[in-house]
Amino acid sequence: MQNNKFYKLGMVAVFTLVLAACQSSTDDMGDSGMDDMDNGSMSSGNNTGGGNASGVGDNMGGLTPAQIRERDEALATTVFYFEFDRSDLSAEARQALVYHANRLMENSSLRYRLEGHADERGTREYNLALGERRAQAIERYLQVQGVSSNQLEVISYGEEQPVDPGTSEAAYARNRRVEIH
Amino acid sequence: MITRFYRFLFLCCGLFPSFANAQLNIVITQGVDNPVPIAVVPFEWEGFGLLSEDIDKVISNNLRNTGEFAPIDPANMLSQPNEQDEVYFRDWRFLGSDFLLVGKISRNENSQLIQVQYEFFDVLREERLFGEVITGNESQLRDIAHKISDLVFEEVTGVRGAFSTKILYVTEDQTRQFPYRLEMSDTDGGRPRILWEGEEPIMSPSWSPDGSQIAYVSFETGRSQIFIQNISSGVREQLTNFTGINSSPVFSPDGNRLAMVSSKDGNPDIYLMDLRTREVQRITNHFAIDTEPSWTPDGNSLIFTSERSNTPQIYQVNLETRWEERLTFEGNYNARARMLSDGNNMIIVHRFDNNDDFHISVLNLERGTIRILTETALDESPSIAPNASMVIYASKSGNRGILNAVSIDGRVKFRLPSAQGNVREPAWSPFLD
Repeated sequence: MQNNKFYKLGMVAVFTLVLAACQSSTDDMGDSGMDDMDNGSMSSGNNTGGGNASGVGDNMGGLTPAQIRERDEALATTVFYFEFDRSDLSAEARQALVYHANRLMENSSLRYRLEGHADERGTREYNLALGERRAQAIERYLQVQGVSSNQLEVISYGEEQPVDPGTSEAAYARNRRVEIH
Repeated sequence: MITRFYRFLFLCCGLFPSFANAQLNIVITQGVDNPVPIAVVPFEWEGFGLLSEDIDKVISNNLRNTGEFAPIDPANMLSQPNEQDEVYFRDWRFLGSDFLLVGKISRNENSQLIQVQYEFFDVLREERLFGEVITGNESQLRDIAHKISDLVFEEVTGVRGAFSTKILYVTEDQTRQFPYRLEMSDTDGGRPRILWEGEEPIMSPSWSPDGSQIAYVSFETGRSQIFIQNISSGVREQLTNFTGINSSPVFSPDGNRLAMVSSKDGNPDIYLMDLRTREVQRITNHFAIDTEPSWTPDGNSLIFTSERSNTPQIYQVNLETRWEERLTFEGNYNARARMLSDGNNMIIVHRFDNNDDFHISVLNLERGTIRILTETALDESPSIAPNASMVIYASKSGNRGILNAVSIDGRVKFRLPSAQGNVREPAWSPFLD
């Protein structure tokens, strides 16, 4: 219950930030061409992407250094993790995805390839389906924020491409993921 | 001189890269309590030079690896006959051997063909059971050995031998230029051959019922799509080009249709593809995951995995009436079912309640009982031998994927480890003749 309340507060804060960021981008029409180009050329290089985007927004959005840091960290988050046999997004994931959604809406030429993965427990074909469901969970969340569906592509690799070949719970946790590319 | 010869061989292999170099080697880990003692006498070679295969060794290993036979060490044999006239049954009774196989190999005078003559005897009844002369070229020595093994196995056990069949499997080795390979070998791991290789994952190989074609999933286009490939010609074709997942292809018993999974309409459901028209027809329509279809032996129904009741369980759908029925109720994970030809027993991947491990198990549909066949933690991808004697499956040993096999009665176990990399998703061929 407490968690829930905290989560709601967090979401309010996030939406406020998003509004602020949207505001800054619409105010900034003159620079948007350059902005698009920058982001379009590095659809998967998220650290630099965050940096560039904030460069535009800094002056106009009136964000504090702390808020800028939060946004840059969110945009640098390109891997999202899941519980076993689950596809629900954590509160942290939702928070970061709001920034990603915002960036996608600001740059209509930007496209995300959402690659879903599973750990090796369970059968391969079932895990292929599970990986897809995880990537779709992120796709849907971004769409709810207003991102156009033609900016998003969902691929599942199931358990075929683990980042960690180990059999520990920690290794499995690292493998249950969606990567933004 | 010898080194030069080997260098020459090596070069030849380089020119024909379809032959894999890291073969699987069978290791029997558990046999039956009272295996049948049998003597496989070394076959005499009457020609010049060395033969590329020891027929008698292949036969004797084949029989030993079923766990049902205990071949006698040739070093302990009192005599080494090669034909009926040289056989003294008392020698073999003395060694406790119930059966005796003898033979010899010669080169045909007028051609380069090889002739293998063999005879099989019942020692206790002092009777010649059968024998024949098989002609072939030298590259077929292994095929001849497998054929003799099949006949001996059937004579003694009453079950048709499956030594002349093949297995498909996927290997992955990130140190290779093409990490993912689809390979085919003899059931003992011999004569591995690469059927496809690439930089992207390969999944779910399966055989057409006549053994001439295979279907599998490749990610080479950037997402999972189904491909079909003719084994002898190598001709290959992409069958699906939908968005989403396209996977889990399984040929119908008549070979005309392919059961498959696609999420092209939103989430994974079961579809049928008519292989003549390439038309795709939707079979299940549920918001839960439906996957891993396979056929009932009569071809009238599909069994599949669905998590519509929250955990993965096995369901059956009648293709005519579309009636759907749940088949598994015990355990929190039942998946990838393959039905035995009796229509009453299914091999499944099973995890019982409050347990983390996945085991290959047999579900008896009439009685509703589940019998667990394996004890390692991550057992998956079971595939049934065409004579229904063994199930080959994938498991993990340390961090490496390996293949294992277990008899359906649980008494016999063997492993097929690879020297390097991961091996997985074995698919046992149908009978090939």
